[in-house]
Amino acid sequence: MAVTTPTRPAPAARPARPARSSFAPLNFWRSTIGKKTVMAVTGLLMLAFLLAHMLGNLKIFYGRDDFDHYADWLRTIGEPVLHGAWYLWIQRFVLTLAVVLHAVSAYQLSRRDLKARPAKYAHKQRAKAGYAVHVMRYGGITLALFIIYHILDFTSLTLNRHGVEGAAYDNVVSSFSVWWVTAIYILAMIFLGLHIQHGFWSAAQTLGLNRPSRDRAVHGIATGLAVLLTVGFLIVPVAVLAGLVG
Amino acid sequence: MTFFKLGDDIADTRAPDVPIEQRWDKRRFDAKLVNPANRRRHSVIIVGTGLAGGAAGATLAEQGYHVIQFCYQDSPRRAHSIAAQGGINAAKNYRNDGDSVYRLFYDTVKGGDFRARESNVYRLAQTSTQIIDQCVAQGVPFAREYSGLLDTRSFGGVQVARTFYARGQTGQQLLIGAYQALSRQIDAGNVEMHERTEMLDLIVVDGRARGIVARDLVTGQISTYLADAVVLATGGYGNVFYLSTNAKNSNASAIWRAHRRGAYFANPCYTQIHPTCIPRSGEYQSKLTLMSESLRNDGRIWVPKKAGDTRSPDQIPEEERDYYLERIYPGFGNLVPRDIASRAAKNQCDLGRGVGPGGLGVYLDFADAIRRLGEDKVREKYGNLFEMYDRITGEDPYKVPMRIYPAVHYTMGGLWVDYDLQSTIPGCFVVGEANFSDHGANRLGASALMQGLADGYFVLPPMLGNYIASSKFDKVTEAHPDVVETVNEATGRLTKLLSINGERTVDSFHRELGEIMWDECGMARSEDGLRKALGRLPELREEFWRSVKVPGTGSQVNQSLERANRVSDFLELGELMCVDALHREESCGGHFRVESQTPDGEARRDDERFAYAGAWEFGGTGEQPILHKEPLNFDYVHLAQRNYA
Amino acid sequence: MKLTLRIWRQAGPADSGRMVAYEVPDANPDMSFLELLDVLNERLTLEGDDPVTFDHDCREGICGACGVVINGQAHGPRERTTTCQLHMREFSDGDVIDVEPWRSVAFGVVKDLMVDRSGLDRIIRAGGYVSVNTGSAPEAHATPVPKPIADTAFDNATCIGCGACVAACPNGSAMLFTSAKVTHLNSLPQGAPERSERVLNLVEAMDAEGFGGCTNTGECTNACPKGIPLDSIATLNREYLRASLGRK
Repeated sequence: MAVTTPTRPAPAARPARPARSSFAPLNFWRSTIGKKTVMAVTGLLMLAFLLAHMLGNLKIFYGRDDFDHYADWLRTIGEPVLHGAWYLWIQRFVLTLAVVLHAVSAYQLSRRDLKARPAKYAHKQRAKAGYAVHVMRYGGITLALFIIYHILDFTSLTLNRHGVEGAAYDNVVSSFSVWWVTAIYILAMIFLGLHIQHGFWSAAQTLGLNRPSRDRAVHGIATGLAVLLTVGFLIVPVAVLAGLVG
Repeated sequence: MTFFKLGDDIADTRAPDVPIEQRWDKRRFDAKLVNPANRRRHSVIIVGTGLAGGAAGATLAEQGYHVIQFCYQDSPRRAHSIAAQGGINAAKNYRNDGDSVYRLFYDTVKGGDFRARESNVYRLAQTSTQIIDQCVAQGVPFAREYSGLLDTRSFGGVQVARTFYARGQTGQQLLIGAYQALSRQIDAGNVEMHERTEMLDLIVVDGRARGIVARDLVTGQISTYLADAVVLATGGYGNVFYLSTNAKNSNASAIWRAHRRGAYFANPCYTQIHPTCIPRSGEYQSKLTLMSESLRNDGRIWVPKKAGDTRSPDQIPEEERDYYLERIYPGFGNLVPRDIASRAAKNQCDLGRGVGPGGLGVYLDFADAIRRLGEDKVREKYGNLFEMYDRITGEDPYKVPMRIYPAVHYTMGGLWVDYDLQSTIPGCFVVGEANFSDHGANRLGASALMQGLADGYFVLPPMLGNYIASSKFDKVTEAHPDVVETVNEATGRLTKLLSINGERTVDSFHRELGEIMWDECGMARSEDGLRKALGRLPELREEFWRSVKVPGTGSQVNQSLERANRVSDFLELGELMCVDALHREESCGGHFRVESQTPDGEARRDDERFAYAGAWEFGGTGEQPILHKEPLNFDYVHLAQRNYA
Repeated sequence: MKLTLRIWRQAGPADSGRMVAYEVPDANPDMSFLELLDVLNERLTLEGDDPVTFDHDCREGICGACGVVINGQAHGPRERTTTCQLHMREFSDGDVIDVEPWRSVAFGVVKDLMVDRSGLDRIIRAGGYVSVNTGSAPEAHATPVPKPIADTAFDNATCIGCGACVAACPNGSAMLFTSAKVTHLNSLPQGAPERSERVLNLVEAMDAEGFGGCTNTGECTNACPKGIPLDSIATLNREYLRASLGRK
């Protein structure tokens, strides 16, 4: 007996650790924690942008002139130090880079995560974590698609029914007067809220800023930000649809 | 009818003949050294990765030897040292409470009921302080005071607070420390670690231990591993009793196989039985769980006065309860030593006053403590233990008294070793609970961890070096006839076990063996009972080899086969334990002979006839073993009878 | 009580495996879950079937050998409890109980419910230690350790390496395990000199084993029988960032 049985894989067949690069940022990017950190930092950057974006949107309640003037100013921030729309393009570049890094990290991590658990349990796991945690991936994809739509709607004005450059107020009103456009926005903003609710706390965790003493506060801020942004962003389309703006 | 033959006396020839304080220094100075550059060419096999084995593996590898190490678990971190709760003794005297190396030595010899070798115990006490330093440096998170300094407590009826601890998980923390040190050496390539690999036999070539035969528990492959020396660190043999606080897979096969190859087995009957374990709840019970004996500090132990009283405890009025420890031992009350508390519980149950399933339990009642201290205070002190009890029994100890019963916990006996920890087979060293050396007939609380680490970190390495430096090693190959024969025997045994295909499971034999051992060779042993057991055990062994059923094949994971092989060794070891218990017509420490007691029921030693360690030589399967006596001299601690009344 | 167990049976790593139902008519509420499997195995043996293989050893919740997924939950329904300490009184007469092995690409099934967790050992080998040779230690009281730090180190050192965190994580991530070791050693002064190298090496080894990343779902800490907190993962992240920024 036992003489012809197979031997266990030799230690050499075990996964070898990759050689460490002398370029530290590369090692960082290669690691799961490094990618998570990239997601956290880019996520917070986008969050900051969204806060400003949301507050700016509310200017629509001051009327057409005010809003259009504001929209025009956005294109010229930084003048005269920066020439023309330079600031705008810098911001666009940074945000695009953030979205791309966020998405690439998410994609690579997700692929890895799905590969790490190829077999599911026959008995479905009863998740103890909240709903927000489980819609991060799908919510993220939804938001990416939404951003494209949103840019085509209000930036390039490709899809906008009014579509007159410089007439921001009318462009907004024309889009949100259509019920299904507003519906798309409502859905997307709910996903955004959920994404931020988990994402903000998760970013604090990933950046190592969480402590047991701060955990409640971080959760509270995350929920507060999520509600604030969702509601803040939705006031405008709902107001348009309800005829309060127009 | 006698069950053994008498051989010549043996003696330890390694401890130098100088005052006891100087012996270890002198021995280390006399020891030969191996040139550091040459150590890499010497390989050492270590079986087991508990405190003793893990510490030895890490240390020998650090020194440059090539270590080949084995454990049956899937990771070296799971060895059963991990389950030790209480703490580890060390003569640091941080409390300035009068502790010293000499006092730890004295307490250990006395606690061992004068059946340990003084030289070894003194060295253990000397080494103890270094262990704490080493463990702290490894990052073992011992309990600390607000000053940031280490906290200690007193343990097991000792007058000084010399026990270092890490909450109720000291064994775990120390083992993780040793495991991490070992992991570092595995990563460095100095230790070749074989997990899920179990030793089947010892290879002895030209009278010296040169390797082992081991089975890969995943593939079933049986392989030989050859080296210059073999270290056995495989723990105790409490699982002979089937139910014990040992891990389910703890076994005696390594030391028993070595015994069959020529290593003497000393004092096999010395078994420690722990009084505060959770009683068994039914036939299916697979192991017993210990609760810290600190519970006896505040709990009161009682049974109903009336035999066969089935009322629930709250229905039994105060005057119908017997707080028997307080009654019989008014001086120490519920805090009498382990063996006395255990035996008293058994006596009460034998009188039919036991409580719970099968009448095998006594109450440990905290009602008074809760009244006196308040529930919060009790929760603070014992919360985790109460929770554990609740989890296992489903009863809330804050409301219902706990039920406890003694259980086999530790075995003081083991392979005989000299001062160098070498067995009677040259090149076969034995460390930790697997040897017999330091605890005599009874081990003090928090001393097992101390001994395991002392052996592994500090005692074995220089002595093993001495052996290697003073020996010449001819190359042994797998083709050597002695190697081939050992492999064939080991393989043949497994083949036989698989081929019997009888009608009884391995566990049913193990359970029956356990019952015989518990009844006749447990807390109280009598000549009649032991003779009865010695009549039954050979029959059981034959029945086992005739009708055991082991399913499956040898070339796969086969846990039934693993168990069958272990039980076959337990069956033989159980017999030797009974022979040893029968021949030792005295009571000492964990060995209580009903014929040898004082009029008030206390253990009575017979120093005239039995002040020796009984080292047994294997006489052949079913043949009588041969007893070699190692007379014990007490030049420093004077013989005295224990008295706790 | 009468129970139906549906158990994952898989003859070996190459076998595909499936769930097989077994009736256990004589279960007792006071049995532990492993004793229930013992009783089933005794019967299977006598009936000539292959008994169910499962890892187990100390049976008192400390060695970390046992662990199966019971009804989708690592170590079963009771919090902070290993499989060996789970008792059948947590279930009701007539229950159907699904029993499966830990699932992760890093934990291959060896047989039935037994998996290969050696990846966890290899993470420790990459640097989960303090490099101090036997005999070279300074006097234990030479470096006082503030009690809160000693307590944090202890809480993290109680990890039993059972792998429940990996089994419960939807990504099969070993972050909680790794973070426990990093937090244990990096918070102590004894572990400080190797602080940066340790965390870089451990994370590198963890990633190389194929464990998934952390998405901060918290399933690991819910399943952990020793209650290692999620906060330890924050500490690991912090230590990793610190080391990546080149601080020693």
